[in-house]
Amino acid sequence: MIDVGQILLNLWNSSGFSMLFSGFLSQDGWQNLVMIIIACVLLYLGIVKQFEPLLLVGIAFGCLLTNLPGAGLYHQELWDAFMDASSPAYHSFGAILREGGLLDIFYIGVKTSLYPCLIFMGVGAMTDFGPLLSNPKSLLLGAAAQMGVFAAFFFAAISGDALGFLNNPALVFTALEAAAIGIIGGADGPTAIFLTSILAPHLLGPIAVAAYSYMALIPLIQPPFMRMLTTAEERKIKMVQTRTVSKREKIIFPIVVTIFVALLLPDTAPLIGCLMLGNLLKETGVTDRLSDTVQNALMNIVTILLSTAVGATMVGGTFLQPKTLLIVVLGVCAFILSTVGGLLGGKVMCWATRGKVNPLIGSAGVSAVPMAARVANKEGQKANPSNFLLMHAMGPNVAGVIGSAIAAGFLLSVFG
Amino acid sequence: MNHTLLLSAASAEAPVLGVGGAAVIALLGYAVVFFGLVLLMLVVMAMGKIFTSLEKKNAPAPAPEAAPAPPPAPAPKPVAPGSAGQLKLYNVEPKTAAMLMAIVADKMGKPLNELRFISIKEVETK
Repeated sequence: MIDVGQILLNLWNSSGFSMLFSGFLSQDGWQNLVMIIIACVLLYLGIVKQFEPLLLVGIAFGCLLTNLPGAGLYHQELWDAFMDASSPAYHSFGAILREGGLLDIFYIGVKTSLYPCLIFMGVGAMTDFGPLLSNPKSLLLGAAAQMGVFAAFFFAAISGDALGFLNNPALVFTALEAAAIGIIGGADGPTAIFLTSILAPHLLGPIAVAAYSYMALIPLIQPPFMRMLTTAEERKIKMVQTRTVSKREKIIFPIVVTIFVALLLPDTAPLIGCLMLGNLLKETGVTDRLSDTVQNALMNIVTILLSTAVGATMVGGTFLQPKTLLIVVLGVCAFILSTVGGLLGGKVMCWATRGKVNPLIGSAGVSAVPMAARVANKEGQKANPSNFLLMHAMGPNVAGVIGSAIAAGFLLSVFG
Repeated sequence: MNHTLLLSAASAEAPVLGVGGAAVIALLGYAVVFFGLVLLMLVVMAMGKIFTSLEKKNAPAPAPEAAPAPPPAPAPKPVAPGSAGQLKLYNVEPKTAAMLMAIVADKMGKPLNELRFISIKEVETK
């Protein structure tokens, strides 16, 4: 005779609800519940507040899926074994494919740096380097705005000394972790994910969430510092129209940059190579179909895979640590200091050119294309409604992308 | 497997920098970024100069004078260096003009700096 009661009991025991409540008093249960709540908050921010929704919705949903007890979509322990030299599964993607869940398989693309590079290819195909070519000096602003990367790295690296009075080893960042945190200041999601997945994969979740959240908050973070560090007169400066860039110049530029930057810092070759390949596909005029695919279909597919895979790393046990809170604080410091660095660079250029450069465009050097350039344009128009800085700010903006890739390459060559 | 323990073990093996070491690496990194981008700037500037001179060389030579020269026209108003010329606006606010130019560039699928606008005039309907 069929024992209906036993069947129902088995069903209950195999359900996620049972696992959640039976383990509630143990560590994993409450942590999963907290992470599910965090996932819902992130979904709210992405959908209702529209904070980088294309990425944040995927990250939040990945976080939701990975914290559902019993779903078995992502296995942190498999990836720990993957990184453990004494484990038989050390660096074995076969073990991941054999024993992993769906999100483990998605995550292989992060671990191999495939997704960030493909995203960079799409970014390249959508970027017009014309403003940078017509005003190469804007590369200096892209460099100045990397100040936050190295300042945040410094603060993270000395956190153990600075917070020594708390006597909490959980607040000490290693050099590798500090490097991964610093790159948040590059305001460039793919670069942050690329570097973190190599140097500190266990911090990928908090770093990616911090990077994308702050990028969405750029219109709120930057303006107070832009007004604080520039005078009303400086913000009113109108910049002259830059020279027209020929098609041939635009085609040769990605080839030259790839050769030059990859020879200077070979560790940046995957990022810069993909960025410039995407740009070359756009500019040649003979690969329109490929350019269209990279900009749209490929970019969208990779965004879905990348965001859910990154969200999957937000497992309660690794995310709910004091370090996450410190990363959030250091991340905002990195963004602010990058903005300050760019603005100071802009002020120096304004002084050197006797008032021909509006220092506001320096703030666009933080990357975050094209949001940071739009913010610079908006602030310029607030000071002088007939001021149009967008095209001038796009130069430092795309220079920031190259600058953050070089910064990542430097950190990789030192710590990788 | 206790992954928290594993992570702690991995972290313990990684170096923790002191204030001096962190400062040196931070300053060196910032300097390397500047060095790389300054070199790139010089390369881009050289590229720009080469292309500008090539374009000047390839530009069609002025046609030989067939008729006596007309009386000298008033000198054109100097424009800003590198400017594509002046845009004449008739009854159009600069803000509206910028918006119109952006729309035209978008519809044509060409970047704004590859287009040249001569004038924008509001057509008044009776």
